[in-house]
Amino acid sequence: MNISKLKKNIVLKNGTILDPYNNTEKKGDIHIENGKIKSVGKISAPKTSETIDCKNLIITHGFFDIHVHFREPGREDKEDLNSGSLAALAGGFTRVCTMPNTDPPIDSPESIRYIVDRSEECPIHIHPIGSITKSQEGKEITEMGAMIAEGALAFSDDGLPINDSGVMYNALEYSYMFDVPIINHAEDDCLKRDGLMHEGKVSTHLGLPASPDITESNMVFRDLELSILTGARLHVPHVSSAKSISHIKSMKKKNDKITVEVTPHHLFFSDEDLYTFDTNLKVAPPIRTKKDRKAIIDAIKNGIIDCIATDHAPHTIEEKEGTFDMAPFGMIGLESCFGAASKVLINDNAMDQMSLVKLLTANPRKILGLDQNLFKEGTEAEIAIYDPKLEWKFSLENIYSKSKNSPFLGREMKGKIKSTIVKGHITSID
Amino acid sequence: MSKDSRKKILDPKAINRSVIRLAHEILERNNGVDELVLIGILSRGEPLAKRLQKLIKKISGSSVPIGTLDITFHRDDFRDRFVVPQVKGTNINEDINHKTLILVDDVLYTGRTIRAAMDELHSFGRPNKIQLAVLVDRGHREVPIRADFVGANIPTHEGEHVKVELEEIDDKDLVSLIKYRAKE
Amino acid sequence: MKNIHLLGLKDYPEDDIQTIIDTGFRFKEVLDRPIKKVPSLQGKTIVNLFFENSTRTRISFELAQKRLSADTVNFSASTSSLKKGETFKDTVQNIEAMKIDAVVMRHPTPGSPLQLTKYIDAIVINAGDGTHEHPTQAILDMMSLHEKFGYLKGLKVGIVGDISHSRVALSNIYGLQTMGAEVTLCGPSTLIPSFAEDLGVNVNYDINEVIEWADALNVLRIQRERMDGGLLPSIREYRNLFGISEQRLSEHKKEIVIMHPGPMNRGVEIDSVVADSDQAIILDQVLNGVASRMAILYLLLGGKSDKESD
Repeated sequence: MNISKLKKNIVLKNGTILDPYNNTEKKGDIHIENGKIKSVGKISAPKTSETIDCKNLIITHGFFDIHVHFREPGREDKEDLNSGSLAALAGGFTRVCTMPNTDPPIDSPESIRYIVDRSEECPIHIHPIGSITKSQEGKEITEMGAMIAEGALAFSDDGLPINDSGVMYNALEYSYMFDVPIINHAEDDCLKRDGLMHEGKVSTHLGLPASPDITESNMVFRDLELSILTGARLHVPHVSSAKSISHIKSMKKKNDKITVEVTPHHLFFSDEDLYTFDTNLKVAPPIRTKKDRKAIIDAIKNGIIDCIATDHAPHTIEEKEGTFDMAPFGMIGLESCFGAASKVLINDNAMDQMSLVKLLTANPRKILGLDQNLFKEGTEAEIAIYDPKLEWKFSLENIYSKSKNSPFLGREMKGKIKSTIVKGHITSID
Repeated sequence: MSKDSRKKILDPKAINRSVIRLAHEILERNNGVDELVLIGILSRGEPLAKRLQKLIKKISGSSVPIGTLDITFHRDDFRDRFVVPQVKGTNINEDINHKTLILVDDVLYTGRTIRAAMDELHSFGRPNKIQLAVLVDRGHREVPIRADFVGANIPTHEGEHVKVELEEIDDKDLVSLIKYRAKE
Repeated sequence: MKNIHLLGLKDYPEDDIQTIIDTGFRFKEVLDRPIKKVPSLQGKTIVNLFFENSTRTRISFELAQKRLSADTVNFSASTSSLKKGETFKDTVQNIEAMKIDAVVMRHPTPGSPLQLTKYIDAIVINAGDGTHEHPTQAILDMMSLHEKFGYLKGLKVGIVGDISHSRVALSNIYGLQTMGAEVTLCGPSTLIPSFAEDLGVNVNYDINEVIEWADALNVLRIQRERMDGGLLPSIREYRNLFGISEQRLSEHKKEIVIMHPGPMNRGVEIDSVVADSDQAIILDQVLNGVASRMAILYLLLGGKSDKESD
């Protein structure tokens, strides 16, 4: 991977330009001057411009992942804001939101400030999500106002659910005045117990303690109802079950404050992949049945799902090498996201490029109130360039995270990021 | 596939004569049947032992007890070869201490089978004597073992094989010499 | 033998199970000799790696190994203060460095024997991985049934007790079905997995009906921890509903074979009188345990190649 400063004038030549904000697709060039968009489509750039040949490639907005874990502060051995940024660039992401379950957690305006300041040194844009409750204990809500002032875009106790419905009610009501989303990791602790995977046929064969789909969907239902009751914004993270989709589908009709994300791994895998006891497939919420997977894919095609987010969760080799019960939950996902999602949705399920791109660009930006019109003249250039047809195998050399816990290793991908442009730099991958 | 040549060495009558002679020799050498136990080495040593048991009864009027030995677990090539044990299995119900054991097998060749048999018998007790009766001795010993009673001596070369077929297992009595032809 | 390791009986070939049982009977004869030893595994080193306490299984394996003239080493790890994950990999690779041929492992986490095969080159035999499988137990159970009945195909076997947490149950389910037997599970509905039918077995909560139906019952131990987890209200309730008591059996005028993997909670899932009766083949199971483990070790470790001898 090679990161270099953008020359004063650079032309992305002869690519297919997908604009997910204006919903247009056309062949053409993009001229970037001083790191900002100068013109798109038919351009006239100085002859001294550096040219990047984008023949047979697609040029679009840089991707935005609203759900990553960069482990800083506290577990910089697994990842930090810099290494996480590299992983993001490799996946075509120019912007991410980091979850606050660090050590210490991001539960105060001071800690939000820390992340914002640190992100100035990073090659991508990083927005902190603050925790909903102090120390993520699920009891007292945080100083959301002050945290938003410092730069928090949303609030979540992710990793941990808000078990107490009263607290969730308070959190939504309080957030209402700020109009920012509350993101709740929906897994009822009492139903989850010591569950390590989805409760079904496969878990019976594997003898592993497991939790059923209603562990998630019951809580999703509660959160949806609370959102309707309070009128507050709710963003449902990493939906894993058909039941949750069903609740979301019916309640979204009544409420435009509800948004939903899915992970690439819930699109790609099913519980049957766990016969190998691969700890990299141990995630929360768990990977469920083929039926659940199909329901999620259908929900994407039917527009019920707003965006794809990786839930990039780095863990050390030592941690993931332990026995299944001891390994922590989670997998990295930034580098494999596009290849995996493109393979499943475009290659296997006949989705079009624009729809997938929207899920990674304009839609998540809309949810968090960021500028979506990235091809407007004068905007900072945030661009992802990819080869839609390339079939490749995900391997260790594609990983830029400090951690390597990916079950996608060895898997066939389709569609590969070639270059990412952001903050005045261009990153060419491989 | 090369074509092997088969040569008939002993027909049913010849086999029968040999077995009768073996029975007489066993009785003569041991002065009767006292303390004798026949042990047939699986798989073809077993029917041979049974035939000897019958003949000895006919000749002397006395019954000699009989047992079977599956030497699979005592083979000396267990490091190199994977061998599933015989279905019939070792079956020795007699107390062999102080007895004269007559080991019975169809062909004596390298001698390793007999060595394994003696090793296995060691687990059962300490006999007074162990004697060996074979239908065919084809030479080429690799360990210092010799037979006490031999039905027929059939000298062989490398690339040759002595095949013993017995009615009880193969539906006919026949001893043949098989020469393996080299492939063209 | 198609598999290098013995990790479980799921998808384990019928032929190989039969071979193990037949070879087990051969070794049972060896256990009757004055000198109960064969030289087959001379020079082989086997490590018994037990992360969970188990005297009886370990002794059974140890005897099997010694009767085959193998060298045995016992390692009992305590899973107390140290993070289990750390101890596992380090322990395992340290042992491998000492040039051993096979590891017999018992570990509380499902899937750990499979993980073991990734860290070491030696042959791995699963002596019980948590609530997943216990293949050698199921094999000795099937050998005992075969010995008693002469066949397994079409045999009706009831498994009674805490099925959800029983590795003995799961391995028996896989093995018995492969060999053509019919299995019915019986126990409290909180302790029978909800996807049991996917395993191809019948489920019946009425122990009396199951006794009427079955040729043999495999009675599992009920653990008191189940009450702590809220899955069972009391031991008394369990005994009333599912206990194989003298009285219950006497109400059914039929010959039924009683099995138990041990250790028994006498007076809970099974009465002393029943366990000590002629119907119970529990001690035969123990002896067959040594014989079948000898067969397994012999078949997996004996010789380099899979070539049959002349």
